Amino acid sequence: MIEISNLSKRYGNFDALKDINLTISKGTVFGFVGPNGAGKSTTMSILATLVLPSSGTARVGGYEVTEYPKEVRKKIGYMPDFFGVYDQLKTIEYLHFYGASYNIPRSEREKLIPQLLDLVNLSDKSDSYVDSLSRGMKQRLCLARCLVHDPEVLILDEPASGLDPRARIEMREILKELKLMGKTIIISSHILPELAEMVDEIGVIEHGVMVAQGKVSDIQNRLRVKKILHIRTMERQEELTAFLRDEAFVSGVLSDNTGVHVHFSGGEEEQASLLQQMISLGYPVLSFNEAQTNLEDVFLEITKGGLGQ
Amino acid sequence: MNWSRKWINPVLDKEFRLRMRTPRAMLSVMLYILALGFIAMGFIYMTMYLNNNNGGTQQFNSGMSQMMFYVLSFSQLLMIAFMAPALTAGVISSEREKQTLSMLLTTQQSSMTIILSKLLSSLSFMALIVIATLPVYSIVFLYGGISPRQIISLFLFYLFIMLLLGSLGVMFSTIFKRTIISIIVTYSVGIFIFLITGLLYLFLSSMWQQIYSGAITPPSFSWVGFILGLNPAGAMLSLFEPEISKSVFHMNGSSMNTDAPIQLWVEFALVYTVVIIGSLWISIRSIRPVRRRKKHKIMSQEKIMEPSDNIIN
Repeated sequence: MIEISNLSKRYGNFDALKDINLTISKGTVFGFVGPNGAGKSTTMSILATLVLPSSGTARVGGYEVTEYPKEVRKKIGYMPDFFGVYDQLKTIEYLHFYGASYNIPRSEREKLIPQLLDLVNLSDKSDSYVDSLSRGMKQRLCLARCLVHDPEVLILDEPASGLDPRARIEMREILKELKLMGKTIIISSHILPELAEMVDEIGVIEHGVMVAQGKVSDIQNRLRVKKILHIRTMERQEELTAFLRDEAFVSGVLSDNTGVHVHFSGGEEEQASLLQQMISLGYPVLSFNEAQTNLEDVFLEITKGGLGQ
Repeated sequence: MNWSRKWINPVLDKEFRLRMRTPRAMLSVMLYILALGFIAMGFIYMTMYLNNNNGGTQQFNSGMSQMMFYVLSFSQLLMIAFMAPALTAGVISSEREKQTLSMLLTTQQSSMTIILSKLLSSLSFMALIVIATLPVYSIVFLYGGISPRQIISLFLFYLFIMLLLGSLGVMFSTIFKRTIISIIVTYSVGIFIFLITGLLYLFLSSMWQQIYSGAITPPSFSWVGFILGLNPAGAMLSLFEPEISKSVFHMNGSSMNTDAPIQLWVEFALVYTVVIIGSLWISIRSIRPVRRRKKHKIMSQEKIMEPSDNIIN
């Protein structure tokens, strides 16, 4: 659905994007991760036909964004990181305006807009002026606006920024529904744990360079992000701690009254082998489990700041 | 389908709603009519009471009515010159400042639709204000001296001035990111058109007269007249008094039997039509960074864009 090839964007002497390559298949929810100024918004703006790339190509639904911008605009729903609203319009008029701007006939809009308002939980605000809505409501209204022409791709730049925890949860629930509807979604966020629940793939970008891309679990494995193994034994905990300290792929061991915590950099095979050894040596293992690493750990591991220096 | 849905596009519809929903719109109309009304009443008071040497009141006749028409017309021209940049020089930049432009640009509305709708909505509001001043002009009709044809041509001239200043305002609003800069530049260009061209004409014509004042056979034609044709006041005056054109092109009373090469208002319309078209073309080209490529370029699709291809048609 989205293909980006050797995409670069230069502002004067500053490289905002350097040879980005990215492929996102239909129905995928893609999380775009990176620190501020890394190039997420620039990439999204290029996909939204708002910024011209310096070199490279970007295709949405098979259409190159600089050659067929009108066709691309039909396929995308774009929500910028910062946006304003027309304060003097009512919520329903706001959606009618954008619906009409996408050439949707009024008869269709009459049926569609109540459904959209229902989806974003704003049905009771249809006759309210947009300026009277809270930030969270405006954010949801903007999401409804993105959906007014039923686009195949949603480009959401920091859709949860500035929202309180409740509003963030509401936004997340709506995005989950959109995922179920089969939309291809590119979403950037600095609230990584919230993304982790719903993204299929992530792309990590730093200083305009795509550092890693793929499934979260694949990236974790590929990067050998240190796992923390939590082991509980019925007895001989001190002895087990000493044994683990000498094992390969173990960078640290901590023993406390909850069990033994092992910093482990091996893969799944090494992890299974370690457990096998412990059992063969007769340690009475009660539990052996991996503390889950989240997207934030991945992000921090990848973007150590070494790039671009 | 009713006519409004057919002819009013979404951008225009939105602009009309946004403009007319604020109390500022009604207040602007009211203040404008009040200002012109005060000018008319002030003129009548001055001619009837103050300019009378006998101490009593003077009869308001058709000659005075004609003079009042000129005073009102020039006052209105000046008011339009102040109003038009204020209404148009922020139409695009304010959308950019309010962060609504990017969303508008990702819709299916073409750049031309957006620019022309913005301009048309501003022009409609200005036209509403100017038409609302017609009752003030009715005072002139009470005493005669002015034909309906002159009124119609005057209002068409106003419309052209609004279109000119409006197009320039929209262009600068598209080019400059900040509204304040756009307004300043639009007013500067407005001052050039209204003031500098007039002053330049006065300066050059006085020089011309000085040079040829003692000549036995002064030249039959003076090109200095073309400069006055760029000035709105000069052009408007030629609408009322076509003989003006003749006198500005033939100074020192030479060859007054020969016709003017062009009526000042015709020159004005021709030159500034080019400016209007150019301004709108630049606005349409500038509003979107990404535009469809020309057909022959689409054929070679895989070509990687060079930075010099910054604007794609």
